[in-house]
Amino acid sequence: MSRAIQIQGLRYQYPDGTQALNGIDFHLDAGESVTLFGANGSGKTTFVLHLNGLLRGEGSIEICGLPLADATLEQIRSKIGVVFQDSDEQLFMPTVLEDVAFGPLNLGLSPEDALTRARTVLKRVGMAHALDRAPYHLSAGEKKRVAIAGVLAMDPEILVLDEPTTFLDPPTRRDLLTLLRGLPQAKVVVTHDANLARALTTRAVFFDHGRIAGEGDVIEIVQRFHWEYS
Amino acid sequence: MHHLVIDRWSRGTSSLHQRDPRAKLAALLVFLVVLSTTRPAAQWAFAAYAVLLAIAANSARLPILGLAGRAALVLPFSATFALLTWWSGDSMRALALAEKSFLSGMAALLLVGTTPLTGWTAALESWRVPRMLILVIQFVYRYLFVIAEQAQRMRWAALCRGRGSFRLAAGLVGVLFARSWQRADGIYHAMLARGFRGRFVPAAPAPLRASDALFFSACLAGCVGIRILL
Repeated sequence: MSRAIQIQGLRYQYPDGTQALNGIDFHLDAGESVTLFGANGSGKTTFVLHLNGLLRGEGSIEICGLPLADATLEQIRSKIGVVFQDSDEQLFMPTVLEDVAFGPLNLGLSPEDALTRARTVLKRVGMAHALDRAPYHLSAGEKKRVAIAGVLAMDPEILVLDEPTTFLDPPTRRDLLTLLRGLPQAKVVVTHDANLARALTTRAVFFDHGRIAGEGDVIEIVQRFHWEYS
Repeated sequence: MHHLVIDRWSRGTSSLHQRDPRAKLAALLVFLVVLSTTRPAAQWAFAAYAVLLAIAANSARLPILGLAGRAALVLPFSATFALLTWWSGDSMRALALAEKSFLSGMAALLLVGTTPLTGWTAALESWRVPRMLILVIQFVYRYLFVIAEQAQRMRWAALCRGRGSFRLAAGLVGVLFARSWQRADGIYHAMLARGFRGRFVPAAPAPLRASDALFFSACLAGCVGIRILL
C-alpha cells in the first residue's frame, strides 16, 4: 500500500526556545485513518502545522510521495486539507459560497468552475441552503460543515481534522461523524475524545512532550495511557 | 449591534437593492461631490438633498429614523469643527458643516444598507481601489463580530470576579489585542492551507444593465439639478 504521509526525525523548536517536537517518526497509508492523542501542549497541533508546511522544522516529510520543500508546497497544500479547531479562523470570506470557492480559485480553477465545485461540495455536506449566508450567522455545527466543505472543495487526498467536534451538541456531533465516516480520504484526527477516535479511526498515536510515546490500536492506546474521562 | 442591522438591511429585495453596486457607488460619489460643493447659504438645497435621501430610503424600505440615528453618529466628530467655525463668527458655515457631514453619513449608510459587503467591495475593486485596502475592509467587517463577542465574554468573566474599573478595562483591551493578533495568525495559517498566495482571486463581474445606467443618470440629474437650481 502506498504511503500518504511519511515523516522521519521531525524536530521543531519555537522561537521562545520551547522544543515542541523532538524526533517524530510517523506514517499514514493511503485511505487509512489515524488518531493523534496527547495532553495539551504535547506537540499535536505543532505536528499538524508541519504537514502542509505552515511550520518548517528539521527532518524529512513526504506527502503522497512528494518531499516537502518550497518547490512542492503548492502541490502539497492541494493534497492535504486541514480543518482547524476554530471554524471562525477558517471561514474568512463574506459568504459561504465564496469561502468554499476560495481554495479552488487558488488552485487555478476558473471562477465558474470554482463556484460549481463549491456548490457541489456544499450540497454534499448538507449546506446547499446557506450559499449566500454570511459565515458569522451560522451555528457552530454549520460553521464546521462549511469549513469541511472548504477543504473538500480542493479535492485533497488526506484530511487533517483538529478537534472536529469541539463546541458541538450531541445531535450535531452525530451528524458530523456520519459525514466524516462517509469521506474516502485518509484522515489524521487530533482529539482528546476516545469515543470519536474509535468511531473514525482504527490506529492511534500518543504524543508526549514532543515525542511519540506509543502507537497501536485505538482501544489499546486508550487503555495503556488511561485516556478516558472516567 | 449596528453591524447586524445593516447586514440585514443590505439583504433586502427592493429595486434599489437590485441596482448594480457600481452604479450605486458612482451615484454616491456624485452626491458627495455635489454636496461638498454646495454653498453654505443654500439651505433649501440641503433640505432637498435630505428629501432625496428620504425618498431613496423609503423606496428601499429602510427605516428612515433608524438610518438617520446611525448617520447622526458622525455629528460628534464634525461638531468640534462646526463649533470652532461658529465661534469664529461664521454660523452659516458651521451649520452647513454639520448638515454636510450628516447627509454624507446618511448617503453612505444608504449604500451599505442596500448593498451587501461583497457587492460594494467588488465595485471598489472594479474601480481599481488598492486591493490591500479592500482586504482590510473585508477582514474588519468579518472579524468585528468575533472580536466583539470575545470582548463581551472576557468582560462578563471579569465582572463575575469583581466590579468593573478603569484598570480592568485597560487589562481587557491589552488581552483583546493579544488575542486578536493570535487570531490573525490563525486566519493567515488557514488561508495558506487553502492555497493562498498573497492575492485574492476575484470572480468575474456581471455586465452593467440599462436599468443601472438609467438609475445613475436619474441620480446625477437630481443632484446636479438641486445644486444648480437651489
